[in-house]
Amino acid sequence: MTLKIDHVSKKLGNFSLRDVSLEVAEGEYFVLLGPTGAGKTVLLEVIMGFNHPDSGKILLNERDITNVQVDKRGMAYVPQNCPLFPHMNVSENVEFGLKMRRMTSAERSKTVKKMLDAMGLWEMTKVMPSTLSGGERQKVVLARVLVTEPTVVLLDEPLTSIDTETSRSLRKELKRINHEFKVAFLHVTHDQIEAFSLADKVGIMMDGKIVQNGTPEDILSKPASEPVARFLGYENVLYVKLVKYKSGISEVSADGVSIKLKGKLESDAATIAIHPEDVSVTTEAPVSEETNSFEGKVRDYTNLGPIVEVVVDIGLKFKAFIDKRSFIELNLIEGKNVHIAFRTDSVKIVGAGNG
Amino acid sequence: MNWIRQKSPFVLASTILGVLMVLFLIIPILGSVGNSLPGLPSAFTNTRTLNAIFTSFYCAFLATIFVFSLGIPFAYMFARYDFHGKRFLDSVIDLPILIPHNAAGLALLSVLAPASPIGGAFRLFGVEFVDTVFGIVVAMAFVSAPFLIRSAQEAFGSVSFTMEKTARSLGASNFQVFRHVTFPLALKGILTGCLLAWARAVSEFGAVVILAYFPKTAPVYLYDVFEGLGGSGGLKAALPVSTLLIILAVVILFGFKLATSKTERIVQ
Repeated sequence: MTLKIDHVSKKLGNFSLRDVSLEVAEGEYFVLLGPTGAGKTVLLEVIMGFNHPDSGKILLNERDITNVQVDKRGMAYVPQNCPLFPHMNVSENVEFGLKMRRMTSAERSKTVKKMLDAMGLWEMTKVMPSTLSGGERQKVVLARVLVTEPTVVLLDEPLTSIDTETSRSLRKELKRINHEFKVAFLHVTHDQIEAFSLADKVGIMMDGKIVQNGTPEDILSKPASEPVARFLGYENVLYVKLVKYKSGISEVSADGVSIKLKGKLESDAATIAIHPEDVSVTTEAPVSEETNSFEGKVRDYTNLGPIVEVVVDIGLKFKAFIDKRSFIELNLIEGKNVHIAFRTDSVKIVGAGNG
Repeated sequence: MNWIRQKSPFVLASTILGVLMVLFLIIPILGSVGNSLPGLPSAFTNTRTLNAIFTSFYCAFLATIFVFSLGIPFAYMFARYDFHGKRFLDSVIDLPILIPHNAAGLALLSVLAPASPIGGAFRLFGVEFVDTVFGIVVAMAFVSAPFLIRSAQEAFGSVSFTMEKTARSLGASNFQVFRHVTFPLALKGILTGCLLAWARAVSEFGAVVILAYFPKTAPVYLYDVFEGLGGSGGLKAALPVSTLLIILAVVILFGFKLATSKTERIVQ
């Protein structure tokens, strides 16, 4: 195990980190995902040593580093909008950490050259930061950090404020670095695509607490609570009462609408969530035992780029995502009669009932 | 010249007032230079004049070094950290600018005179302030310190916390961060502060004349010449000396601008 955060709490003004524990294994890509204001940056600053925790411990390779100075922690940190030193050229920037470690000049230039080659930056050695593009700049930032051979790199929103195209290629670059340099990443973001495309493991952070952590598949398929479900885009959240349970399938009722779901409720009431992605819209009734199917009217739709969000009223309002082509082919004008359907295992139990 | 074509009364009024402002600043200087041209060659060769100017420049240089050594760390702390009494100190720094300069001279004299405890203590080490170079330097440092401290404080403040945090996380100690990142990035502002402080020190009359009438600095000498204390006096005698000071000030100002624009290019 590489980095271990052990029951860390920290109060800062009105905000507090509350009993945060997490582990980042050797070479693992861990993404901490959470809405803005969840305390992700504060946590990184506590891990890096810019803030001292009120309680709890931080361990790196089994060594307690809670009281170790920032520059002696052996971790690397890339803050949000991480600046390059504007008075140094690319290779001087990359050299900085080695110089601080008192590496000899000959060794430094050899190491820096190797790193610049590995990052595809060999042509920019003498270039000043102000003339670099956003993507190049971020690559130099990463090179500057990696050259010091850290075991863990903390990344604070490294891909925000970078255009989509560059962000996509940097995502690949991060994954490549993670594998090739065998360095563990603790990457903080509010962007789900970023999180789920990069992570070996994801932690969801909300309101100063880690509310769930696991593999991306685990988290996407089993959100642990209603807030997590809502944050992950499960927009159809319903408070239901149990009607009956038979051979692995529970039948529940939400305002008179009867829904079947896989699994057993812990009590008579529950909160369930269905992701709009899992809801299909058709003009004819689908036939399948595994599926919930309802008839309703199209109430509204919103164009979200490649997909369209359609609101269908079946007595309850349901949101469904369909791709643009289907949307046009189905000719979904407001008021049109349609069927919606979702599988019983798409219905997630995310909490106890409402009252 | 788009702004002229706009014919806005506001722009027009601002232009006229601006021109008046510039004339107000430049006419006395040009007048002084113009009226003193006949006497200028002799001012250039008069040893007493040159000695006074040298004393001023040299003492101002020492005063700037003194303020730099004590003021830069202070300005850095002030820009970076919050502490009790910071707001109080913030106003204290500006005091030397606000009080009349001969009052500042009297204040310094009251604590540095040989009979006072501090002045007495220094005397044990052979340092006296009344009518010595030390006195001039101290008086100059006192009135020019705020200029350097303020410029440096602003320059340090413009280097972001994130920049320093990044350097720390890359393995730099607090001092290394200062030496390799913050100080180089703030250098231009600090140099500007040094120039301001130095120029302020050179031009100081009130505080210097009370603490150290001798050795004569340029402003003290200039006043003497004007008052006719060294023989024939008046405007005619004093103007060439003041013109010489103006010329040197202009040369130094442009030299400095040239030098700092070079460092700026390096930084960018």
